[in-house]
Amino acid sequence: MSLRAAFSARESTGEILFESESMLDRPRLYWQCRRGMLELDILLQGFLDAKFDVLTTVEQHAFIELLDYPDAILLEYMLGRMIPTDQRIANVVTQIRTPVAS
Amino acid sequence: MTIPVRKFDTLVIGAGGGGLRAALQLAQAEANVAVVSKVFPTRSHTVAAQGGMNAALANVSPDNWHWHMYDTVKGGDFLGDQDAIEYMCRAAPRLVVELEHIGVPFSRLDNGKIYQRPFGGQSQNFGGEQAARTCAAADRTGHAILHALYQQNIRAKTHFFDEYFAIDLIRDNDGCILGALVLEIETGEPLIIQAKTTLIATGGAGQLFRTNTNARINTGDGMAMALRAGIPLQDMEFFQFHPTGIAGKGMLISEAVRGEGGYLVNGDGERFMERYAPNARDLASRDVVSRAVATEIHEGRGCGPNKDYILLKVDHLGADVIRKRLPGIRDMVMTFLHIDPINQPIPIFPTAHYTMGGIPTNRFGQVVVPQQQGAEDIVPGLYAVGECACVSVHGANRLGGNSLLDIVVFGRAAGNHIIEYLKENRYGRTVVAQHSIDTALAHLARWDQRSQGVSNETVDGLRNELKAVMDHYCGVFRTEDVLRTGLDKVLKIEQRLQNVYLKDHSKIFNTARIEAFELENLVDLALATVASALARKESRGAHMRMDYPQRDDVKWLKHSLFFKGGQLDYKPVRMKPLTVEGFSPKPRVY
Ligand SMILES: Cc1cc2nc3c(=O)[nH]c(=O)nc-3n(C[C@H](O)[C@H](O)[C@H](O)COP(=O)(O)OP(=O)(O)OC[C@H]3O[C@@H](n4cnc5c(N)ncnc54)[C@H](O)[C@@H]3O)c2cc1C
Repeated sequence: MSLRAAFSARESTGEILFESESMLDRPRLYWQCRRGMLELDILLQGFLDAKFDVLTTVEQHAFIELLDYPDAILLEYMLGRMIPTDQRIANVVTQIRTPVAS
Repeated sequence: MTIPVRKFDTLVIGAGGGGLRAALQLAQAEANVAVVSKVFPTRSHTVAAQGGMNAALANVSPDNWHWHMYDTVKGGDFLGDQDAIEYMCRAAPRLVVELEHIGVPFSRLDNGKIYQRPFGGQSQNFGGEQAARTCAAADRTGHAILHALYQQNIRAKTHFFDEYFAIDLIRDNDGCILGALVLEIETGEPLIIQAKTTLIATGGAGQLFRTNTNARINTGDGMAMALRAGIPLQDMEFFQFHPTGIAGKGMLISEAVRGEGGYLVNGDGERFMERYAPNARDLASRDVVSRAVATEIHEGRGCGPNKDYILLKVDHLGADVIRKRLPGIRDMVMTFLHIDPINQPIPIFPTAHYTMGGIPTNRFGQVVVPQQQGAEDIVPGLYAVGECACVSVHGANRLGGNSLLDIVVFGRAAGNHIIEYLKENRYGRTVVAQHSIDTALAHLARWDQRSQGVSNETVDGLRNELKAVMDHYCGVFRTEDVLRTGLDKVLKIEQRLQNVYLKDHSKIFNTARIEAFELENLVDLALATVASALARKESRGAHMRMDYPQRDDVKWLKHSLFFKGGQLDYKPVRMKPLTVEGFSPKPRVY
């Protein structure tokens, strides 16, 4: 099932609910971060490992939604060549692009 | 344990361009087709191909399929099978038009014809002026092809098993392949997909190396499945390296950077390419530059605290040139290295890019194995196409733009052949040998039966070690000593694999278990690669032996075949094309 299909968006409030909390399963998300391009694997899996847990719920949901985008579009976002119009998604993309302090 | 069984005319393992092109041909002919993919189909690695696909359309420069054929034979250092190469190059223009008809938006010239860009190794008139042969849908060719094929398959009612992982092939008592045992990743439940014909299209194995350009899904599963089923792997020593990958990460920095005036320096600040290629210097061909970089590092002249990379300097080009001509590269470097190439040089290392070797097939995609006198015998019911197969059109070295072509041409050809096979075998073979199911199930259960021992080996740890060993001992810099050490190390890793256990035995989305299967596959393929490389005592195409620097057509104009037990065999190259005169080996100079 696509991750997006697992959402139901409440239009009036813009609040997003998961049909099933299992969508937040770590291994499932990990597999969704396996993509057709190495660039995306590195950024998405790295972000999941390093930062996902400290995100707010809204940010976590935005990240999960982002994973439903096609690879070619994701690459444009990740390399900063395109900016998502949805502010929540744009915010999470910025976070993915920010290096983890080492 | 009873395992559910689903039955189809054809099982296609892999939903990249190769698998989907074959599936489409079949579904449109009303065959009942199942496609299994470990990731959602449009996340297959084909999506990464940006450059384009070759076809002699002659829209930009004079061109014809025969020149394309010559370039492919020569590019492959005469190891390619010339019947398959002729077939591919002749079919190319038609296949491009076909893709366009199913919705691939190829870029256009002002006159409305399909735009074509020049790529390395393309010539007019058998080695003359540069040709422009590569058709592209902007820089998203692979994405466009994959999405168009997926949509068409949905329309044609192909049955998709998304996020299912294929474990092993199953067969009847006569050795005819009848499908595969697969695992639903979400539930962890096994399923037998029984089919009259099975096509493997699982892509390449770039994950064998630490530094590579491939997506992490590229673990060569189908090739390893074939090995376990007793099928040898062909020409595994031929792995294409791109000279300038981002060090430690692998992503590709295109030749365009050196084309614009970027150059390489070693740890002493020396422009070392002058020593290796006094004329072409940094613009020498990929194999020459890769070898030079590897040699500098091997001889202790690398950069950085561990002297393990080389620097690609572009800062002298100035901010304007970099911003204007190399924006994509700058984005990439800034995103992954967090440095700006306007001020700082880029650390690079040769990166593993393409698996020329694979499952041996003929030009119909049928898997062929040697019998007594080196003949090619067909494995009934089994086909392979794409990067996992070795048909062999790329020989010892693939030309850019020929791989997308390969997957659609042979995907279609295999589809057509299967349609004929199904007509002739309408009722097919139906009895899967119980021992074949038992063997596959035992393989599946092995990871769960193993309990924690004294060792603290992990899948991640061993995989990282394997990849580092392959970088060091089976990369660009190959000698007898280096490869022998590599073989020892891989054999030890193979033994240590027995000590790895899984902490998590849960079924639901147990990705650790999937990664354990992938590691097993990689270990088998690493052995095939190192052993084949150690045996081949010559330099040809991508396989460069420092101790045997010349190509040796007398002894080595032949394909290698590696069997699971470790034996090697050889078979002749098909030097005779279908309708034209063959091209005889001559020095490969550009
Ligand atoms: C960065 C990059 C750029 C490239 N650019 C170009 C280019 O411009 N032009 C060109 O011609 N070539 C290019 N190539 C090469 C080309 O992209 C590939 O060779 C080609 O796409 C391979 O297609 P495929 O169908 O064989 O396999 P893939 O597209 O890799 O698909 C493999 C499929 O098999 C499935 N699979 C694998 N294992 C299993 C399993 N165990 N169970 C179930 N499913 C499984 C996967 O899920 C996937 O669906 C490039 C390669 C790279 C790395």
